[in-house]
Amino acid sequence: MNFLAPIGRVVLSFIGHIGRLTLFTITAVSHCVRPPLYPRLIVRQMVDIGYYSLPVVGLTAIFTGMVLALQSYTGFARFSAESAVANVVVLSITRELGPVLAGLMVAGRIGASMAAEIGTMRVTEQIDALTTLSTNPFKYLVAPRLFAGVLMLPLLVVVADIIGVFGGYLVGVYKLGFNPATYITNSVDFLETVDVVSGLVKAAVFGFIIALMGCYNGYQSQGGAQGVGAATTNAVVSSSILILTFNYIITEFFFVT
Amino acid sequence: MTHVNTDQVQLPKIRLDGICKNFGEKKVLTGVSLDVNAGESVVIIGGSGTGKSVLIKCILGIMLADSGAIEVDGVDVAGVSAHDRERINRKFGMLFQGSALFDSLPVWENVAFGLMQGRRMGRVEAKERALESMAQVGLNAAVGELSPAELSGGMQKRVGLARAIAGSPEIVFFDEPTTGLDPIMADVINDLIVTCVKDRGITALSITHDMASARKIGGRIAMLYGGKLIWIGAAEGIDSSGNEYVDQFVNGRAVGPIHMELRR
Repeated sequence: MNFLAPIGRVVLSFIGHIGRLTLFTITAVSHCVRPPLYPRLIVRQMVDIGYYSLPVVGLTAIFTGMVLALQSYTGFARFSAESAVANVVVLSITRELGPVLAGLMVAGRIGASMAAEIGTMRVTEQIDALTTLSTNPFKYLVAPRLFAGVLMLPLLVVVADIIGVFGGYLVGVYKLGFNPATYITNSVDFLETVDVVSGLVKAAVFGFIIALMGCYNGYQSQGGAQGVGAATTNAVVSSSILILTFNYIITEFFFVT
Repeated sequence: MTHVNTDQVQLPKIRLDGICKNFGEKKVLTGVSLDVNAGESVVIIGGSGTGKSVLIKCILGIMLADSGAIEVDGVDVAGVSAHDRERINRKFGMLFQGSALFDSLPVWENVAFGLMQGRRMGRVEAKERALESMAQVGLNAAVGELSPAELSGGMQKRVGLARAIAGSPEIVFFDEPTTGLDPIMADVINDLIVTCVKDRGITALSITHDMASARKIGGRIAMLYGGKLIWIGAAEGIDSSGNEYVDQFVNGRAVGPIHMELRR
C-alpha cells in the first residue's frame, strides 16, 4: 500500500494549505475592520496598485478592444452581422475582458511585487522586528494592501473599460468604416447598468484575491532567495487561477441566477 | 493572563520554566529554565542550531512554546492575546542578528518606528527621540536621512541598537550582536551594548557564540546544549566551570563531548 502514501501526503499538504489560507484570510479581514488603521500606508498602496498599473492596464485594454473589433467584424461578416460589432465590443469589454485582463495584469505586476516584498521581509526577520516594535504585521502590511486592492481594481477597470471601448471605436471607425455616431449609439444603447456593475464587482473581488495571495505567499515564504522566488511564482499562479475561477462564479451569479 | 504572587520582594524580570519547543519530530528545546533578574545581563552561549534564537523568539511571542511557562515581571505571557502581546512587547527591545532594518524607510524612521507606530508618537517628537538614540550609539543626524542599504554592517548594527533602545525598554534582547563584524567593530558594538545597558539599568538577555562578546557583555553566562541549559554561572567563572561541554565550547576545540554531525 506504499504507493498510496505519496497521494496521502499530497492531500494532507493541500488540506493544510487550505487551512492556513483560511486562517490567514480571517485574521487579515478581522484586522481590516479593527483600528488602528494606517491611512498613509493605504494611500501609498493605492498609488502603487492604481496609478502605477495604469500604463500596463491601459495598453492591454486598448489593444484588446482593437483586436476584438477586428475579430468580431471578420467573424460576423460571415453572417452579415457586421453591425453588431459595437455591441459585442462594449459588452465583452465591460462584462469580461476589462476586469479579467486588468486582474491578470495587476496580478502579474502587483501580486508578484507584494509577495517578493513581504517574503523578503519575512526571511530577513523584518516581520519579526515589527512584532517586537509592538506593531501587528497584519495591520501594518496586509490590511493596507487588501484595502488598496479592493478599492483600486474597480477604478482601474473603469479606465480599462473606457480605453478598451475606445480601441474598438478606433478600429471600427477608422479601419472598418463604421459611422462614428452610429458606433457610439450602438455601444451606449445596448449597454445596461448590470454589465458595468458586474464588471466592477468582479474587479473588487479580483483586487482582494490579488492582494490576499500576494500577502499570503510572501508571509509564508521560508528560506532565502529561493523561498522568496517560489512565493512570487505561487502568488501570481494562484491569484490568476482564482481570478478565472471567481470570474465564472460571479458571472453565473449575475447572469444565470 | 495568569497573575502570580507578587508579594515577593524580588521577582525575576524574566522567568523561564521548562520551555519545550519541537519542529515536527526535531526537539529543539527540551526544558529550558532560567531566571533573569532586573538590571542583570545574561548571555546564552551555544553552537549553531542549538535553539538560542528559538528561545528568544518564544519569549518575544514570535514563536509559541509547546510547553513551559514564560513570565515577565511575574506575569505569564505565554499564549496571551495579540493586543496584550503588543502591550507586553513595549517593555522589550530587540537587536536582530541581521539588524532587520526596514529597507523602505530611512534610518531615522527605522529608529523611531516603535515610537510612531507602536506608541502613536508624533513624527517630530519621535524624530527627536530617534536622533538622541542614534547619538548614543555614535551616529549623527546626517546618517538618519540615509537608507539602510547605504550603511555598512557595523553601522546597521548600531542603527539596530539605537532602534532597540529608542523606546526606553526595560528588557533588551541581543541576537548574535557581533556576527559578521570585524573584531574591532565587534568590540565597538560590545562597548555600546555595555554602556547602553548599564547606563539605563536595562535587563539584557543575549545569545551569541562569540566568547569575547559573551565575556564582555554578560554578568552571567548560560550554555545551551541538547535543548537544555547545561551550565549557568558568573562570566568570570566560565574558564573554570568544571563542565567539559563548556570547556570544549569556550576553548573552541573540535575534540570533546560535543560532536559536530559531519556527513562524509
